[in-house]
Amino acid sequence: MGTLEQTVETEEHHGPARGITRWLYTTNHKDIGTMYLWFSLIMFLLGGCMALSIRAELFQPGLQLMAPNFFNQMTTMHGLIMVFGAVMPAFVGLANWMVPLMIGAPDMALPRMNNWSFWILPFAFSMMVSTLFMEGGAPNFGWTFYAPLSTTYAPPSVTFFIFAVHMMGISSIMGAINIIATILNLRAPGMTMMKLPLFVWTWLITAFLLIAVMPVLAGVVTMMLMDIHFGTSFFNAAGGGDPVLFQHVFWFFGHPEVYIMILPAFGIVSQIIPTFARKKLFGYASMVYATASIAFLSFIVWAHHMFTVGMPLAGELFFMFSTMLIAVPTGVKVFNWVATMFRGSMTFETPMLFALAFVVLFTIGGFSGLMLAIAPADFQYHDTYFVVAHFHYVLVPGAVFSIMAGVYYWLPKWTGNMYHEGMGKLHFWLSFIGVNITFFPMHFVGLAGMPRRIPDYALQFADFNAVASVGAFIFGLSQLLLVYNVIQCIRVKRHTTAQVWEGAEGLEWTVPSPAPYHTFAQPPLVK
Amino acid sequence: MTLIGRGLALLGLILSPSAYAEWQVNLMPGVTEISRAVYDLHMTIFWICVAIGVVVFGIMLYSIINHRKSRGAKAHNFHENTLVEIIWTIVPFFILIGMAVPATATLIKMYDKGEAELDIQVTGFQWKWRYHYLGEDIDFFSSLSTPREQIANESEKGEHYLLEVDNPLVIPVGKKVRLLLTSNDVIHSWWVPGLAVKKDAIPGFINEAWTVVTEPGIYRGQCAELCGKDHGFMPIVVDVRSEEDYKLWLAEMKQAKAQASDAATQDWTLADLMEKGEEVYNRTCAACHQVTGEGIPGAFPALKNNPIMVAEPSAHIDVVLNGKAGTAMQAFRDQLDAVELAAVITYERNAWGNNSGDLVTPAQISKLKQ
Ligand code: HEC
Ligand code: HEM
Ligand SMILES: [Cu+2]
Ligand SMILES: [Cu+2]
Repeated sequence: MGTLEQTVETEEHHGPARGITRWLYTTNHKDIGTMYLWFSLIMFLLGGCMALSIRAELFQPGLQLMAPNFFNQMTTMHGLIMVFGAVMPAFVGLANWMVPLMIGAPDMALPRMNNWSFWILPFAFSMMVSTLFMEGGAPNFGWTFYAPLSTTYAPPSVTFFIFAVHMMGISSIMGAINIIATILNLRAPGMTMMKLPLFVWTWLITAFLLIAVMPVLAGVVTMMLMDIHFGTSFFNAAGGGDPVLFQHVFWFFGHPEVYIMILPAFGIVSQIIPTFARKKLFGYASMVYATASIAFLSFIVWAHHMFTVGMPLAGELFFMFSTMLIAVPTGVKVFNWVATMFRGSMTFETPMLFALAFVVLFTIGGFSGLMLAIAPADFQYHDTYFVVAHFHYVLVPGAVFSIMAGVYYWLPKWTGNMYHEGMGKLHFWLSFIGVNITFFPMHFVGLAGMPRRIPDYALQFADFNAVASVGAFIFGLSQLLLVYNVIQCIRVKRHTTAQVWEGAEGLEWTVPSPAPYHTFAQPPLVK
Repeated sequence: MTLIGRGLALLGLILSPSAYAEWQVNLMPGVTEISRAVYDLHMTIFWICVAIGVVVFGIMLYSIINHRKSRGAKAHNFHENTLVEIIWTIVPFFILIGMAVPATATLIKMYDKGEAELDIQVTGFQWKWRYHYLGEDIDFFSSLSTPREQIANESEKGEHYLLEVDNPLVIPVGKKVRLLLTSNDVIHSWWVPGLAVKKDAIPGFINEAWTVVTEPGIYRGQCAELCGKDHGFMPIVVDVRSEEDYKLWLAEMKQAKAQASDAATQDWTLADLMEKGEEVYNRTCAACHQVTGEGIPGAFPALKNNPIMVAEPSAHIDVVLNGKAGTAMQAFRDQLDAVELAAVITYERNAWGNNSGDLVTPAQISKLKQ
């Protein structure tokens, strides 16, 4: 009798604290994952509003809604918020929730640091968004912030931007260390490396990329800070510096960064397709090797963003060939996904729909990426809407669709309730149609000669721009359905089982739904 | 599927010449040997991608249609096949080599830097281009000529809205022209799609590009690197003329220059200078300091009620002639002639209620310019 009471007491002790302190002080991977995901959703909506303001201005030729300087602030903030505020935190949130559940760990390896890496983010982004209200306005030099536009010619708020980037970098590095430590140390007995679910593998590799390149980003913004306030001339030609050096350092961070935004997406899709095809992932080992090769190659392709800066011929050729090589492991991934579906027994619930759209639309983004790798052709594509189309195909129906797929896939596990399938499908179809109407025509205007980052354009681009703007509003507004679906799923009791999906495999499906506050206090045995 | 429908529509658009005008969907082949080579390369890669896409998406679609549970499909349980995996690693590799060969050949052709028959130094400024014909005494600025009212939607937009300039770059047809690109402030990028030339103009460095245009005509482009507020408003117009017409243009330019220096020696009244000054100000300074002289707080200072306007003129003249190093305020010494400088300074000192009553004469400026 006595022992029973004691257990009940300790159990209660281990439940979540009440009120705001639960969230402020929490070291629980599920709470922190949840906070990351909500944060990312808010940033996605904020960055989305900025995108819609850009598209509204570009609906017709002429300046209607905003002055060019504000337009530049919108593109810059949109890019920064989407990359650092929406996509990256969403993946970290998913990792927080799912990595321990997938490897049979009780929590992340460094729970206090976990709390800290999340709570830095709201401060970093408040600082960055507050620049919109400063004299001279927010950063207006593009998310790539090329010097000297971002140093000598920048608005005073650039200093706040630099500190915000530093804070995001610290947050990312801590998050990455935590993920690596968790995966390497807290795997359940029997969970060997080559049994890890692919989401875990891709995140492990992503975490190494993060640790490798976030310090480079910190370095480049520190050099800017020095140039702006302490009289150095890293990027100032008049003082003996080199503006092109900025681009080399930035893209040495920047290219791996784009893989940071896509490798976990590969992982998610590699979890979902086998579940709904009811068939094991084809070529597991080659998926792991392909991910690792992509990560390696991502360090030696950076100057493909700089084909027009005037590199010597040998440089152009090297970066052209190395970039083209990335197509090989990427192709392997796509073929493996298709082979997984082949002769499976497929059903098409919302997560699967998003995953299938991912495979097709990401591949289209990959094709335009291959075209951009061809240096002589890139002279025509570079800095046009063709590039905007390319990276939105890999980021929106790529990274963002994978996140949505993951959310619908794991939401029943998180909440214990099934989301509304019909509403989920509606959200999918509106997003799918919206995304293509928005971004497909951007290929056309780009090829026809429309540069990116311009608030107004020549008349021959008018028709497709109007189409793209209509699509953007369809896509943007349909994201309200995502918000609705998530809240519905939390509030409406539509109880689901531990297994949730008929074809799902993995440790996360062995714990009850909703996953209890503490899981795997006793490590499971993996055979 | 919608995708196929869209692909067909795209194909139709590419193939029908009438669609070219408004709903242009593809690169233009252009008017140089290089631009045509780039176009061919672009189309080759495009079709290779389409072919791969058809195969991959075709198989995927086949599975989606046939291997669905609702049709009673049972999942097979193969999940590995070393041979297949090796094949689909090696085959793409060879396809890539097939793309790399023509790409490398084109790139080498672009980098073939032989002697040129005409060298032009191109300098990017916030937000205009300067063309200096090396060896000829010709040096001028080229900026957007679309009227403000069109941009503000107060009047109907012209045919070449945002793609028209006051002084186009004029070059002879069939001659190798070398461009030496640099910048006065931030990075710009000089791009004319019809010539397939895009090269960054970087402060402190000189980049090289060249072109041989085979057909006379007017070719339009834009700055392609974000360079600040008016990045979208610094177009490029290249006017390619026959050898004789080009020679004629050279002579005209030289004559115009002589006339301008005559004007500097004439006497100018305050009213004349104010009138000219307003025109120069709105064309050259208003992008930053605004038509109202109120500037943009935090970025560009107001000139209205600025103490510098009523103090002794030398400081004012000095800023305008020499600019302020390390800021967006450029040196206008070479951008404007003596009359324009005198006029714009006089205008600023008397407009928007500054009313200093000062008259700065072209003769005064000419002396300082020497
Ligand atoms: C590309 C933007 C830009 C253009 C175009 C421009 N200016 Fe400026 N101007 C500036 C900036 C920025 C400053 C402030 C420099 C500083 O920080 O001291 C400035 C300062 C000045 C000042 C000194 C004001 C003071 O209080 O010190 C004068 C006078 C001036 N400009 C006149 C002109 C005239 C005349 C023109 C046209 C011929 C012109 N500017 C065109 C950006 C510009
Ligand atoms: C509602 C969906 C979206 C729309 C309508 C949209 C639209 C746009 C537009 C119009 C631009 C400006 C292009 C230019 O002027 O050069 C832009 C830039 C950009 N977008 Fe998006 N976007 C969307 C979602 C996203 C997402 C989800 C991401 C990232 C994951 C993203 C990343 C970027 C980046 C990095 C830039 C470049 C910013 C820059 O030029 O510095 N966008 N977007
Ligand atoms: Cu890259
Ligand atoms: Cu520009």
